Amino acid sequence: MSAIKVDGDEGQTVRLERAALQLDCGATLDHVELAYRTYGTLNKDKSNAILICHALTGDQHPAGINPLTDKEGWWTQVVGPGSIIDTDKYFVICSNVLGGCGGSTGPQSDKPDGSGPYGLDFPVITIADMVRAQNLLIDHLGIETLFCVLGGSMGGMQVLQWAAAHGERVFSAVPIATSARHSSQNIAFHEVGRQAILADADFEGGRYFDSGNRPRKGLAVARMAAHITYLSEAALQRKFGRNLQDRDEVTYGFDADFQIESYLRHQGMSFVERFDANSYLYITRAMDYFDIAAENGGNLAAAFKDSETRFCVMSFTSDWLFPTSESITLVRALNAAGANVSFVEIESDKGHDAFLLDEPEMHATLSGFLASAAAARGLAS
Amino acid sequence: MIDPKSKAAGNLDGDRIDLQLIADRVAPNSKVLDIGCGDGALLELLARQRGIDGRGLELSQSGVNKCVARGLSVVQGNADTDLSYYPDNGFDTVILSQTLQATQRPHDVLREMARIGKRLIVSIPNFGHWRVRLDLLLNGRMPVTGALTASWYETANIHLCTLKDFTTLCDVLDLQVESCITLSNGKARRLKGRPTRRANLLADQGVFVLRRN
Repeated sequence: MSAIKVDGDEGQTVRLERAALQLDCGATLDHVELAYRTYGTLNKDKSNAILICHALTGDQHPAGINPLTDKEGWWTQVVGPGSIIDTDKYFVICSNVLGGCGGSTGPQSDKPDGSGPYGLDFPVITIADMVRAQNLLIDHLGIETLFCVLGGSMGGMQVLQWAAAHGERVFSAVPIATSARHSSQNIAFHEVGRQAILADADFEGGRYFDSGNRPRKGLAVARMAAHITYLSEAALQRKFGRNLQDRDEVTYGFDADFQIESYLRHQGMSFVERFDANSYLYITRAMDYFDIAAENGGNLAAAFKDSETRFCVMSFTSDWLFPTSESITLVRALNAAGANVSFVEIESDKGHDAFLLDEPEMHATLSGFLASAAAARGLAS
Repeated sequence: MIDPKSKAAGNLDGDRIDLQLIADRVAPNSKVLDIGCGDGALLELLARQRGIDGRGLELSQSGVNKCVARGLSVVQGNADTDLSYYPDNGFDTVILSQTLQATQRPHDVLREMARIGKRLIVSIPNFGHWRVRLDLLLNGRMPVTGALTASWYETANIHLCTLKDFTTLCDVLDLQVESCITLSNGKARRLKGRPTRRANLLADQGVFVLRRN
């Protein structure tokens, strides 16, 4: 592998260049770039680094201002100066996943032969491939052991993959609202989303960039379907009920009579402004293929055998996308492997998205866990 | 830093004097599983006084959350169903304090504990205490005592036993009673082997150290 170069400053979005990556599908990506962002300062011992892994539609901007949208990062509830993941104390790293559309190598990247963007010629990637790329990034940053790897949903899958495949580099791991394998129901929802994109005439076989069109409708429908799975029935009922949108009675038509319809349409339309349809196909596929036990002869505990990583697993009562039962399966396997594991189910009616929201009990758990892990790591409080 | 002798450390609380007695019987720097660890008072005490590598299992989510927020390694789970997921001989000592009587199948729980740990420490309330016996004899009703405060229809203690019942079960399970401490009115008494008839009448609690034969 050739040398990796950083061409940006700390706290900026910067790029890794020229790292070859052998993928699970058999293909090799010769020129991998990862867009990432860091917060805080790496200490002298390089022992205070935290890697945050983002979810399906996340990016490398958990904290601060996202320069593309001018909006706050997606996890400012948890990450920032003086916050739970204190950027005054820890060196926080977050990279856009391989296959993403936030600047890392993905289907919108140009092919090495100069024939334009990959589109559907991009090789199918896996969660393990994403983690392989992050592993190169950590090499590049000169960090031997990460103090903590954490993330929710697909970010949690990456956390588990890190602990299973590169456990010696992971001092502690916090997989939140996730699973060691993507369930049949979740694959089904992803398939609905992908079919909506593929059915859009503007998709043009993934080469929509040639015409300058974009499969807006398909991607919006995919987002609408997915967004429902991130919420809970109780939260939807509380927020919208059967309330009508800007009208006193139903119109006997197919306009957005109900507030929930209007809300979902808005979610869909705003999503297409910030996300790429091909990336959506590739990343959902990576999640579908995720099954750590399958890589270990069906034995999940074997994936974590002799692990010295300290785990803190969290789930939410109303999360039906990654229900608590998935976390319990994981925790039992970790116990069977003799791993050091804590597990907390947080009472919340906010569904899967709860991990991104103001959940005091989750924050208290994370604080306590990080504090004890920091003490064990010899990091001054 | 909390003074280990203070109540805040979970130490020597009037109702849970058994915690310090248990802590005294745990080897320094050993690996310990506390089943039914509550809010983590014992695990914290053990970590502070004995420097153990501790894990906990607790049924109530509020208890688990408190433990993890305190920095303890605790998972939500059920002693009746979840012990089978722990590896053989995974721990030096497995502790079950004031929990056995609340399990569905106490004998299976003890059997699993003996598989997981080399040494077992079990504390139980004594249903053979004279006040319990007298209450049933004179009033003809299920006793409600200082240690057992709930009525029969709402108590979580579904498998109460006497100290003698407990040692009989240990025999059935081929568990050796290494030592026993009895408690009456907060006063501890060390016994080399099993509790005597007198102890079974006077003690309100017993703390047993067991080993596989």
